[in-house]
Amino acid sequence: LTTFAETPFQFCAVSQLTRIGNQSASTIEELGKALSECSDASIFHHTFQTLSAHHFLTENFSNDFAQWAMADANRNDLGELLASLDVRDYVSIPVLRSDLCRIVNEYCGAFPEFAKQAALERFYFCEGVEVTIPLGLQAWTLEEFRQGIEKLSHDGFYFHFISSRLRLQLLTNDFSQWLANGLGLKTLADTINKIDIYTNTLDSTRAKILRLIDRERRKT
Amino acid sequence: MTATATSVRIPLSEYARILGQGEIEELRALARPLEGRSIEMINSTSVGGGVAEILIRLLPLAEELGLKMQWDVMSGGEEFFEVTKAFHNALHGAPYHATPRDFEIYTAFSELNRKQLPLDAEFVVIHDPQPAAMIEARRRNGNHWVWRCHIDLSHPNQTVWDFLESYVAQYDGSIFSSPAFARRLPIPQYLFYPAIDPLSEKNCELEPRFIAGVLERYKIDPNRCILTQISRFDRLKDPVGVIKAYRIVKRYFDCQLVLAGGSASDDPEGAVVLKEVLREADNDPDIKVLELPAWAPLEGNALQRASTIVIQKSLREGFGLTVSEALWKKKPVVASAVGGIPTQVIHKQTGLLAHSVEGTAYQIRFLLSHPEIAAKLGESGHLHVKENFLISQKLKRYLTLFLKLSNRH
Repeated sequence: LTTFAETPFQFCAVSQLTRIGNQSASTIEELGKALSECSDASIFHHTFQTLSAHHFLTENFSNDFAQWAMADANRNDLGELLASLDVRDYVSIPVLRSDLCRIVNEYCGAFPEFAKQAALERFYFCEGVEVTIPLGLQAWTLEEFRQGIEKLSHDGFYFHFISSRLRLQLLTNDFSQWLANGLGLKTLADTINKIDIYTNTLDSTRAKILRLIDRERRKT
Repeated sequence: MTATATSVRIPLSEYARILGQGEIEELRALARPLEGRSIEMINSTSVGGGVAEILIRLLPLAEELGLKMQWDVMSGGEEFFEVTKAFHNALHGAPYHATPRDFEIYTAFSELNRKQLPLDAEFVVIHDPQPAAMIEARRRNGNHWVWRCHIDLSHPNQTVWDFLESYVAQYDGSIFSSPAFARRLPIPQYLFYPAIDPLSEKNCELEPRFIAGVLERYKIDPNRCILTQISRFDRLKDPVGVIKAYRIVKRYFDCQLVLAGGSASDDPEGAVVLKEVLREADNDPDIKVLELPAWAPLEGNALQRASTIVIQKSLREGFGLTVSEALWKKKPVVASAVGGIPTQVIHKQTGLLAHSVEGTAYQIRFLLSHPEIAAKLGESGHLHVKENFLISQKLKRYLTLFLKLSNRH
């Protein structure tokens, strides 16, 4: 018997525009200062948004700050610390900013000789500007939901699966939220929420979700 | 007189084959609120150069999405283009002493074009400094104006920039190819990467037989390593440095070097550099110095596809889209960390960066010793281009910007 949700899942088309900011940093110390002053949209861009643009890099890429620390400031140890931050642990940008600042400031305190060293290239702060539009696609059932996920673009998939945490202010995502609350499939929702996005590309994450949905459909 | 340029029509369904239907559906959804609305693109040339190349292909895609996009080319006499070429070089940082007469010529031709061009579309996109003064034709509370700057403004000649900035500051927004190329401006600045068209002759898939034919024509052995740099013969592309790097690699690996660029016959400086290159090559039979005609993009495509490693050892670079062309073909790339190259070559992720002849040689040797790493970099490079530097992404960014400007989303 097909289960229908009370409210449908609405799939969105999403596009990101990058706005160039006025801040930049040429040393780790300057990075720390700029991190505390830049906009929330800037933190979002260099952490959440960059992961979407570089989702195919499943080794040693986490966010722009970590990449700059490693490749341009030549500080692998700082890069590692910054890369260890998992955006999925955050439902608020101020908390993420505070952790970024803490790591950089502690590093500057521990290694003052490196804090003022000029990097190969400057770090330019940018901001993410997100535009969303209903895709005209909705799902009332698990079958329709599966079809919708299959049709989503990378940006749309990322929007629903990763950056939705900031919107929902919960450690979950649009897909899991709807599966649990709309269709009562809590176990499936939890399993999907646990997929590691840092070691998977968006395509392999999507394939895993589709496989999990198929398994659920076979059960019913 | 103004000219309206012609475009190359490839349907969106062809791109769906490469990008996936989801990406195309998303473009359609983003374009829906903009259906029937007018856009005017203005630049200063209908042929040659990266801007014309991308507009030719962008227009029909926008039309297929229901947008009324028009491309107009501003007109200018010899003296106007002499001035704007000098402005262009000065904005890139070259020494230049601007005279009042230069600014008068620029202003006079701008005035003439303001009378000739329609400039009444809802969104007007002005490309580069030549037509920047068209903004003076803007009606009060009228349409949206965006200035798209394709050049590096990080170290401009101050006099020329001050003159230009008085126009640029009147726009609703500006677009740059890299944050490092931008200026502090009172208007929003957006980042749009330059883009390649995966279906153009420069980048489309080729039959192995065609590639073999090109190698045969230029006497390149397909069974030995091929190192390639495709760039015009320009000192800033450092072709002589590439030969020096090749000689170091040659001590360890049996390899050939292909240096292919546009014909130097109509470019006096190019002809001088070509001579320097031939002198450095010193009749080495494994160095092929090829002058490719501009109308033979398939040959450059074939040479890139046949390469073991593609090099871009520039000393200074704009964005350097030849890098994206190579990455799209899944080629391992060794390139200099200058201009827009590090945006495309993320070191150790989508290619390898170098800062010297010796460094370039070392990275090439490393990749020749580790073909599995070379293949992985090529694969990641292809995905990086697919995600960020294709014409579809560029179209998507324009749609997003227009939606943002009109607040209808």
